[in-house]
Amino acid sequence: MKGSKYTRFEILRTLRSRRYLLFSLAFPLVLFFTVAGPNRHARLDGVPFPLYYMTGMAAWGTMVAVVSSGARIAGERTVGWTRQLRITPLKTSAYFGAKVICGYLMAVLTIAGMCLAGTTLGVRLSAQEWLTMITMLLAGLIPFAVLGILFGHLVKVDSLGPALGGTTSLFALLGGAYGPIASSGVFLALVKCLPSYWLVQAGKSALGQNGWPPAEAWIVIAVWTAVLGVLARRVYQRDTARV
Amino acid sequence: MDSSYDPRGGIRLTGLTKAYGDVLAVRGIDLSIAAGETVALLGPNGAGKTTTIDMVLGLARPDHGSVSLFGLPPCEAVKAGAVGGMLQTGTLIEYLSVRELVTMVASLYPHPLGVDETLGLTGIDDIADRPASKLSGGQTQRVRFAIALAGDPDLLLLDEPTVALDVEGRRDFWGAMRAVASRGKTVLFATHYLEEADAYSDRIILMARGTIVADAPPTEIKAKVGGRKITATLPGADPEVLRTLAGVNNVELRGEVITLSCPGSGSSDRALRDLLNRLPEVRDIEVRGSGLEEAFLELTADENEDDNRARQMR
Repeated sequence: MKGSKYTRFEILRTLRSRRYLLFSLAFPLVLFFTVAGPNRHARLDGVPFPLYYMTGMAAWGTMVAVVSSGARIAGERTVGWTRQLRITPLKTSAYFGAKVICGYLMAVLTIAGMCLAGTTLGVRLSAQEWLTMITMLLAGLIPFAVLGILFGHLVKVDSLGPALGGTTSLFALLGGAYGPIASSGVFLALVKCLPSYWLVQAGKSALGQNGWPPAEAWIVIAVWTAVLGVLARRVYQRDTARV
Repeated sequence: MDSSYDPRGGIRLTGLTKAYGDVLAVRGIDLSIAAGETVALLGPNGAGKTTTIDMVLGLARPDHGSVSLFGLPPCEAVKAGAVGGMLQTGTLIEYLSVRELVTMVASLYPHPLGVDETLGLTGIDDIADRPASKLSGGQTQRVRFAIALAGDPDLLLLDEPTVALDVEGRRDFWGAMRAVASRGKTVLFATHYLEEADAYSDRIILMARGTIVADAPPTEIKAKVGGRKITATLPGADPEVLRTLAGVNNVELRGEVITLSCPGSGSSDRALRDLLNRLPEVRDIEVRGSGLEEAFLELTADENEDDNRARQMR
């Protein structure tokens, strides 16, 4: 109740942050049109290239959106705003919750943008397939929401750019968001331990080719969420114990 | 300890101690403040004021001792919405107007002040629609004050609220502050300006080196630390004559330079008049407050001597 009004203002701030909004939404679209545009009639892994790439970019774009929403805590720590909030009745969980909700809002906008972009390049899916893809993507984002909060407490503002860009790109690349990276062997087994692999697979659930979600996916997501959660908690406690 | 919230309970600090590494920031503070009191925490930089306030707010955990705010530990009192604060550092966040920011913070408290009332009390109604991140230093401080006040807390903690302000900004700020204090709130503010502590508090707690060195009404504190020094050039000065000047309680001679110590601003005025009347050849006159730092050093030097004596006796 108290938290919900606070969340409304956080959403307002997110929507007013034009540069954040623009960069978050534009980059996956730019990359999509740059890569998928010239290959609109090609096929990759047995599916139309634009569809394949749309899901990959949706996975990457939503990942960046959710992680950077949590990471904005770093800026609020720097200017002393988190300390100001800590002397109000706002619960820490509500503060984090608002960041996660804003991240998910950005993720939904990213997905909407990608789906629209996809249809302009001829992607056609049934309502059922769209829905499955979106739901599964949102589920696959959970560990990344926690990662964002971890970053928000771990990284300083001046190193936030490289840290965020590097980590999300690496996750996206290894997860196969930019294109298939491994199809067999030890490397695939390793990659399958990454939450980004399953996020990309979640996007591809709409392709009806991989029987998402296998139990393995839930286990990886749950373990990453738990481990990142423990780390985030520890870093938060270290941060608030200082001074 | 009583575990239920009692707005008349006031605040109590018991044996509060906090070290950062090897540095003892606060060394055993005992203090009670009654509900409705406006108390100044006065001391030079490094006296332990901010550490004390952080512990009262629950932002820092004491190594020893405890804090009770209206019968509750700090984190519980904060959760109950009993506390509002202006921390020493901090700017406002982006993408909200002043009014929105105040509304947002007010919404976190169970019984907030009306937003318009808060804006009016702190004198920021005219900038209510401006972006909160694009204000002058004085305006920012007043919005931060409004944020501290928005939830209508029983206890207000202000950590050097005027430190970045010019004279006018300072006067405006304290004008707003006085209007707030008259509403029966308990206020604890830190400052290193004796004038502020004197003008706006019922009681001054003097801190130095992590301890309380005095705790008294402003008039008494002023008598202790509000001394003035007159320096001037006077060839062939006779210390015996200087000692008979009105308002002078100590005389120093260094070559042609005389230094007269006076216990307060009234006495230095009298001393100056008397000096000019009786010794008109005096020149290069300079009057200055002997300064808190100096006064603190004197006060704590006495204590250190006591400590040393106590140690020697042991």
